[in-house]
Amino acid sequence: MSDHLPDWIGTEGNPPNFGDPTAVLEPEPYEVVSRSDDEMVLSMGPQHPSTHGVLQVVLSIDGETVKRAEPEIGYLHTGIEKSAENLFWNQSLTVIDRMDYLAPLTNNFAFCRGVEKLLGITDQVPRRAQQIRVMMAEMTRITSHCIWLGTHAIDLGAISPFFFTVDLRENILDLIEAASGARMNMTYFRVGGVNGDLPEGFLERLDEVIAKFPRRMRDLRDLLQKNPIWTDREIGVGVISAEDAVAWGLTGPALRASGVAYDLRKIEPYSTYEEYEFDVPTRTEGDCYARFLVRLDEMEESMRIIEQVRKRLEPGPIMINEPAVALPPKPSIGLSMESLIYHFKLVSEGFRVPAGDVYGAVEGPRGEIGYYIVSNGENRPWRVRTRPPSFYNLQALRKIAAGNLIADVVVMIGSLDPVFGEVDR
Amino acid sequence: MEMSANNLFLAKIDEAARWAQSSSVWPLTMGLACCAIEMMVIPAPQYDISRIGSEVFRSSPRQADLMIVSGRVSNKMAPIVRRLYDQMAEPKWVISMGACASSGGVFDNYAILQGIDQVVPVDVYVPGCPPTPDGLVYAINLIQQQIRTGGRGGIFARA
Ligand code: SF4
Repeated sequence: MSDHLPDWIGTEGNPPNFGDPTAVLEPEPYEVVSRSDDEMVLSMGPQHPSTHGVLQVVLSIDGETVKRAEPEIGYLHTGIEKSAENLFWNQSLTVIDRMDYLAPLTNNFAFCRGVEKLLGITDQVPRRAQQIRVMMAEMTRITSHCIWLGTHAIDLGAISPFFFTVDLRENILDLIEAASGARMNMTYFRVGGVNGDLPEGFLERLDEVIAKFPRRMRDLRDLLQKNPIWTDREIGVGVISAEDAVAWGLTGPALRASGVAYDLRKIEPYSTYEEYEFDVPTRTEGDCYARFLVRLDEMEESMRIIEQVRKRLEPGPIMINEPAVALPPKPSIGLSMESLIYHFKLVSEGFRVPAGDVYGAVEGPRGEIGYYIVSNGENRPWRVRTRPPSFYNLQALRKIAAGNLIADVVVMIGSLDPVFGEVDR
Repeated sequence: MEMSANNLFLAKIDEAARWAQSSSVWPLTMGLACCAIEMMVIPAPQYDISRIGSEVFRSSPRQADLMIVSGRVSNKMAPIVRRLYDQMAEPKWVISMGACASSGGVFDNYAILQGIDQVVPVDVYVPGCPPTPDGLVYAINLIQQQIRTGGRGGIFARA
């Protein structure tokens, strides 16, 4: 694995200089697409089966060839960042969940890490909570890639992989639901720990899923990896070079498929990630097929991490022992006046976070998901700014779509795996 | 409907039409937000709406009978939802899936339409954030019930 990793990984300092980034980033003039004799304007989306949500791409086409592709976003703009400013710190987790709805827990994770840094309690979060967080984050990575693979395959005309991936996803969602109480938008992580301990019988059910997993992955690989239709449509399509990928700010599988092994879990390990053995799958081709393989490998690596966490899961508290931040245990409320007061204060006015700004980030399924959080010392965030990986990844579309066929645009959108809750926020 | 001794089906035309209609409610492929993910899994074997006649999701509004508004509708998206609804052929039904589509949900702010019933008429509201796929399947059942028991539909529905 280590030959894939650039040498700057694990060392101090910045990534190497990939040339003059402004040369690539120089904004191309935004042309209002207009109709001319040899060019037709075709609007793809916002309601289109393969734009993965509400993306609109305005294509100027000459016959079947795309001359220009202008992604038009904002159809799902929800004002989540603004809403978060009106909610207590723990409450704003609920709306932040709803950004990347395929992997809500990684959103939680990044935000919690940010707030914990501001509060200065990062080290005090109990070990068991950290381990549960890692386990759950890896589970959502698998479910997210499941949905990606299923829908991407449907876009290309293969229906059956979807049935397999939904099955795998349901198995994992059952576990997540047992622990958190919800299938999606769980808000399971809280500032200082997680909301509840793993329920009884959870680990046994987890073992079943772990045992079943390799077979499922083999099925999926058998269905797609060597399938001539699949390889014809994916190999060599939508190539992003490593320089471009870095210059455009791509992260996650889209970046790693171009040969840059940038993964926050390795570079800046958090929450006990440094203890687990796992590889960062990388490829050098940079095309849709490489992104497909990287994601499949990632699912297997995630399962490897889950297995290791499951073996090493330690008993202990799951919430920080800090009455100003964490709700007191329910039984103590009836017994101790102090607990009652803390409980009342936390519920009615939340906790306060010292003034300052912080950037908390984790490696989500789509790349580096980060929150830049500014606090002015109140019980609500003053400003929350998201670094949504899909938004940055989607930038590449305009570049790789030009000059290709219309049918390939569908493949490219699918392989970039954007989630519009996150792009538009 | 009844079957006589000579294997002859006797039915009122309207009833037969309603039976046929209610057993082929085809939804429109329109995913909006988080709820869309839960909508997406209902054709999969675990839920399998083909069992109740909603065989396929149709991507063209012209071929769809049922619009599932799955998720929050922003002010930018609202006119498009309305246009899609107008493009669907009569008779048509609408399910408002999830808290956001029904009432704006947790997003009581400048960007989100506070209830999809401001732009399209809704037949069934499904609560939840997101509703479970089972909840959505039940909503489709309710629509079928409406059609069978004399709601919109049948031979008198505008074609
Ligand atoms: S109701 Fe909940 S799950 Fe559905 S779109 Fe709204 S926030 Fe997402």
